[in-house]
Amino acid sequence: MRTEAGDKPVVHVVFFASLREVVGVEAMDIQACRLSDVEKALAEQLSPPALEAVSRDNVRIAVNQNLTEGDLCLRQGDEVAFLPPVTGG
Amino acid sequence: MDCLILVQHEDFDLQEVYAGLRAKYGSKLGALAAFVGLVRDLNPAGANPGAVSTLTLEHYPGMTERSIRDIVDQADAKWPLLAVRVVHRVGTLLPSDQIVLVVAASAHRQAAFAATEFIMDYLKTDAVFWKKEHTATGEHWVESTANDLRRSREWRSG
Repeated sequence: MRTEAGDKPVVHVVFFASLREVVGVEAMDIQACRLSDVEKALAEQLSPPALEAVSRDNVRIAVNQNLTEGDLCLRQGDEVAFLPPVTGG
Repeated sequence: MDCLILVQHEDFDLQEVYAGLRAKYGSKLGALAAFVGLVRDLNPAGANPGAVSTLTLEHYPGMTERSIRDIVDQADAKWPLLAVRVVHRVGTLLPSDQIVLVVAASAHRQAAFAATEFIMDYLKTDAVFWKKEHTATGEHWVESTANDLRRSREWRSG
């Protein structure tokens, strides 16, 4: 499944907990070849407080449920999750 | 190692887990340590002190179970364990509700005690859950405390 823009894969971006609340949606689809494209798209689409929240140092990013650092290559249908600090127990 | 991890809305029954492990391991089982975490109604250390009316927990299905499995595997590498059971609840909980169960079974008490404490300490800092406290004065997301982080760091260093 590709969009009319052609070549960029569409990835599924999901936000959890406090990030979902500040972003205002649970998930959005974004065209992105790399993780840095997702960040660029969010910089254009999110409100300033939402962008500040997802950009914090303590927010971790998981691609297909694996924590990741660096500018990963993305594929069609990948799930990119923004995770605020966790606590269980 | 025999490991079962459940993330569920439903309550759990310690007695049932205990009986299941005794039945399964019989006389090989020399020690079983269990920890049950309950929802408190006070949050004196929180940003919004006050009585907690409800606690809502969410998780990332799949990744959460795997994050717990990683913690259990680390415990298994440190101590000789027969079995571990972790049940962690999600959804909306009330004060005094059971929230988490950790059971470690071993031939020896030291392994059972230590593994239970280790797994609980890491659940606080490394398991993929988010908790929101609802109080009379508002609601806020809970983060690991400095004490939680210190305890999991101590396991790492020694």
